[in-house]
Amino acid sequence: MSRNLLSAADLSAPEAQIILDSAEQMYAIQSRQVKKLPTLRGRTVVNLFFEDSTRTRSSFEIAGKWLSADVINISAKGSSVSKGESLRDTALTVAAMGVDALVVRHATSGAVQRITEWVDCSVVNAGDGTHEHPTQALLDAFSLRRRIGDLAGRHVVIVGDLTHSRVARSNVLLLHTLGADVTLVAPPTLMPAGVASWNCATSWDLDATLSGEVNGVVDAVMMLRVQRERMSGGYFPTEREYAISYGLNPRRLKLLPKDAPILHPGPMNRGLEISSAAADGDRSIVLDQVKSGVAVRMSVLYHLLAGVDQPAPVLEEVSP
Amino acid sequence: MPAQSNSRPSSRHITTSSSTYGDSKTVLHADDVARVLDRIAHQILEKTRGGADVVLLGIPTRGAYLADRLAARIRAFGSVDVGLGMLDVTLHRDDLRTRGVRPLGKTIEPAGGIDGKLVILVDDVLFSGRTARAALDALNDLGRPRSVQLAVLVDRGHRELPIRADYVGKNLPTAREEQVKVSLSEIDDEDSVYIAMKSAPRSESGQPE
Repeated sequence: MSRNLLSAADLSAPEAQIILDSAEQMYAIQSRQVKKLPTLRGRTVVNLFFEDSTRTRSSFEIAGKWLSADVINISAKGSSVSKGESLRDTALTVAAMGVDALVVRHATSGAVQRITEWVDCSVVNAGDGTHEHPTQALLDAFSLRRRIGDLAGRHVVIVGDLTHSRVARSNVLLLHTLGADVTLVAPPTLMPAGVASWNCATSWDLDATLSGEVNGVVDAVMMLRVQRERMSGGYFPTEREYAISYGLNPRRLKLLPKDAPILHPGPMNRGLEISSAAADGDRSIVLDQVKSGVAVRMSVLYHLLAGVDQPAPVLEEVSP
Repeated sequence: MPAQSNSRPSSRHITTSSSTYGDSKTVLHADDVARVLDRIAHQILEKTRGGADVVLLGIPTRGAYLADRLAARIRAFGSVDVGLGMLDVTLHRDDLRTRGVRPLGKTIEPAGGIDGKLVILVDDVLFSGRTARAALDALNDLGRPRSVQLAVLVDRGHRELPIRADYVGKNLPTAREEQVKVSLSEIDDEDSVYIAMKSAPRSESGQPE
């Protein structure tokens, strides 16, 4: 595993499996009374968030703290970014304080990649524009794996605002690496450009896909948020029409196999892409995704930072 | 010969037949491993007065299989079911920075926990003592045992910390450059312990730093 995690495509299948397996151990630690490990003692992790976030930022913060790293949050609001400092200057300034890792979220695709060219520390992409969000894909895979077992040969359907979704891209990459089949479902206006080159099937018909008529029986469905803040209008006529055609309503819930889990990266627009019946039902693993997020991020920080003095021979089996 | 070990394994029990293939030397064969484990199981029963309150915690990977085997023997010899668990110490190691990150093993808390119990840590090779130290730290997160003991299949010396084992399968004088490899039939081809001179294909316990 390299020093940075920028894209879900950076991970080979064995590397992804190792991160997920380690996360399994981290997940078990979450149910202990004392949730603290000494592993990253003396390391400093800075959450550099140029875009609003609650769950990702706090998830990285908790993950770092449970591994005994010192975690500092810097958000664009109230920092020198609002005084007009450039991305490069901000990154260099923070890195110059001797941090071991930057966890970066930025509204522009590729901004995080750019930062790796300027700084020496590890960089983790916590979401860049409409490009990628690799730790979200890892936690989705982890949460799914806990629920339905090995993902190889399983069929995952991702529905919603794919054009603006970094979650969808990272998920397609990682699920493909793990051997799962993915079908993307969205209205034509929300299908990303160039989707034909992705390793997945596509459909405009949610009912047919959920009933297994498009790409076989569905093992899990992931609903994505309609990102109103990124939409400059014109993607669909009305929210009501979107909800009718692409929302996971109680009627569609019946088309889905009884044991197929429902995922949503949050925050949810209830009544738009997902109904409360789906979000709060037995099949929903939305809250487990949040819990898994901490475990997966602990695993990622561990693999990136714990052996920093000597780049990690992650794949080599060394006995304890 | 490491002098710090209290329990002196009577070496007449061990047939140390050395066969050489490549540049490795086998010091324990399958039947030797079986006899050694028999003896450790008896010693545990003796020293703990019948195994009451005993919890075996194996350190993955091979220590966990050894703990399984010891628990089965203690059940057979003493008709007592001891607690059995697994303790991964990777996250508590002090050499992650210098030797790099490794995949995590499993930690399985024994049913009934470890509070007030006599915990016996089980590992395959005792070398620097750093794994045992990490295990003591890791134990703190699980609870507070009444006391902690250490059982190892092989003690190869070269301790770097004030740690000794309570139960030793075989004391094995080695040079630092040598590697002691433990094979167990659960994951390897057969039961055996051998000394290799340099890096053998399967990188295992007791490699010098």
